[in-house]
Amino acid sequence: MTTSELTLPPTAEVKRERRRVMGAGKQLHAGPLTYVVLVVFALVSLAPLVWTAVAASRTDRRLAETPPPLWFGGNLFKNLQAAWDQAGLGTAMFNSLIVAGTITVSTVLFATLAGFAFAKLRFRFSGLLLLLTIGTMMIPPQLAVVPLYLWMSDFGWSNQLQTVILPSLVTAFGTFFMRQYLVQALPTELIEAARMDGASSLRVVWHVVFPAARPAMAVLGLLTFVFAWNDFLWPIIALNQQNPTVQVALNSLGTGYVPDQAVIMAGALLGTLPLLIAFLLFGKQIVGGIMQGAIKG
Amino acid sequence: MTSSKQALAHPASSAEAAPGTPPGAARGAHGGGAPAGADSWRSRLYRWDMKASPYAFVAPFFVLFGAFSLVPLLYTAWYSLHDVQLSALDHQTWAGLDNYKNLFSSEFFWNALENTFTIGLLSTVPQLVAALWLSHLLNYKLRGSTVWRVVMLTPYATSVAAATLVFTLLYSWDGGMVNWVLHFFGVDAINWRESDWGSQFAVSTIVIWRWTGYNALIYLAAMQAIPVDLYESAALDGASRWQQFRHVTIPQLRPTILFTVVVSTIGATQLFGEPLLFGGVSGSKGGSEHQYQTLGLYMYDQGWIIGNLGKASAIAWSMFLILLIVAAVNLLLTRRLRKSQ
Repeated sequence: MTTSELTLPPTAEVKRERRRVMGAGKQLHAGPLTYVVLVVFALVSLAPLVWTAVAASRTDRRLAETPPPLWFGGNLFKNLQAAWDQAGLGTAMFNSLIVAGTITVSTVLFATLAGFAFAKLRFRFSGLLLLLTIGTMMIPPQLAVVPLYLWMSDFGWSNQLQTVILPSLVTAFGTFFMRQYLVQALPTELIEAARMDGASSLRVVWHVVFPAARPAMAVLGLLTFVFAWNDFLWPIIALNQQNPTVQVALNSLGTGYVPDQAVIMAGALLGTLPLLIAFLLFGKQIVGGIMQGAIKG
Repeated sequence: MTSSKQALAHPASSAEAAPGTPPGAARGAHGGGAPAGADSWRSRLYRWDMKASPYAFVAPFFVLFGAFSLVPLLYTAWYSLHDVQLSALDHQTWAGLDNYKNLFSSEFFWNALENTFTIGLLSTVPQLVAALWLSHLLNYKLRGSTVWRVVMLTPYATSVAAATLVFTLLYSWDGGMVNWVLHFFGVDAINWRESDWGSQFAVSTIVIWRWTGYNALIYLAAMQAIPVDLYESAALDGASRWQQFRHVTIPQLRPTILFTVVVSTIGATQLFGEPLLFGGVSGSKGGSEHQYQTLGLYMYDQGWIIGNLGKASAIAWSMFLILLIVAAVNLLLTRRLRKSQ
């Protein structure tokens, strides 16, 4: 929407003229060819997932034949049951939910607090600290893994969930993301007005910052959850097969010496289900959030 | 909630009951005697709160981040100069640069470095080109535009392990879907797991599949911020749609493209889960011949399969240095591009 569009409703003639002039951009309607290409992209996006379900509903022997099965069979629940038992997916899902849930809550909470301070409060070294935050965004997790492993063994925390949770409680990305959002979304006057009324900092955070930050908190929460659910390197080092997260459990399922492919697919389906459910419920918000973050970032 | 609202609504009457008043209501008509002492105490507290709260808000982030990211970073450097074995964690002896010498003389390190580079290139370039194309299509006026966007993002919402396991099966040597489709085009079955380039290509497609939609959304956001008049004037000058895309869209997107290049490059240098699972039993080796062992896998293999944590630390720091070089090159290129404009 341009401003001219808002001020005067275009007449038919103006519209025709605009259509003539405009070669590309937002006003142009998609042609049939665009839809064809988009359908191809969509099929490529969805087909592997759908086929996971197809494969999970077959028998192992039928999977190895040519042509591969293209439609559902009747073995789904048997395979789901087998995957659940073999990989200990019950424990794994529970562990992953605890790990990803805790990490999400903590990341969002601390990112909002720090992001608010960076966006709206004046304090010494704030510029330097923000620069440090941005600079450290590209430190790969590999850099921390050896000392963390040694410390956690010293603590006797090997194979326990807090080992996986602790190093991921905050992210530099989250702090930067919230800062970028709050710079624009939170009117400074609102904070000043609350201050004038004598509100303490905590009251300001609770009654002004959190409500203003809620949309971004939701998006950051979902992104963090996906990230934490998918984390691989540290959990595989820190946890053993008796107490795995979903990714670690699926890894053991995939590296079993007598792999039953249909069971593996059933496990893959189960392991990704929570993410897909969250995505089905909040897909629109995630899409909007990624786009919003991109503009401001 | 309600009580504080009432207090704020009737400041004068509630101020009479001095003890229970919220700080905001007390400041006002009351001036002398005992309340003044309370006021100054309160205002001192208030000023202290103003000063300290920013630090209190950033503290949890920096404490946790420092403890679990920055301090370990330094310790990793320290351990990389020591002999640390998984089997004897308490015996750490000074080794100087031995781990690095050992590393740089190992063909597997250079192999992993090369693989990381080729897989990174194979996955990043097609991914970003496809994302650019996809975002261009999504930028048209579409029926059900949100549905398209959500569908394109579904791969992102798939767990790494699940995605990799499916692709592993799709790429299997006999009976795999990919080879079955290829045979309709007269292409002989390809051994996607054992062949050098085939396996690297297969691993790359998993990355491409998971991240294209995500990057497309980032591009789409940037595209929608491009002023329409730029297209209008280009069209008036007689630019075709392709020319508009080349001469308006791409230059306007340059910062965003650079951003995605940097982020994808960082992602590529850390590639771990996909090749690990793709390899099945020989996962940490990156295939029977190390054909797709990335630096991330190499570190895991040396540290926790072979058990040489000192060497693993040296690998980690080498990765960090490589990343810094990549970042520096990126920065230089960006400067160049800006100057040449």
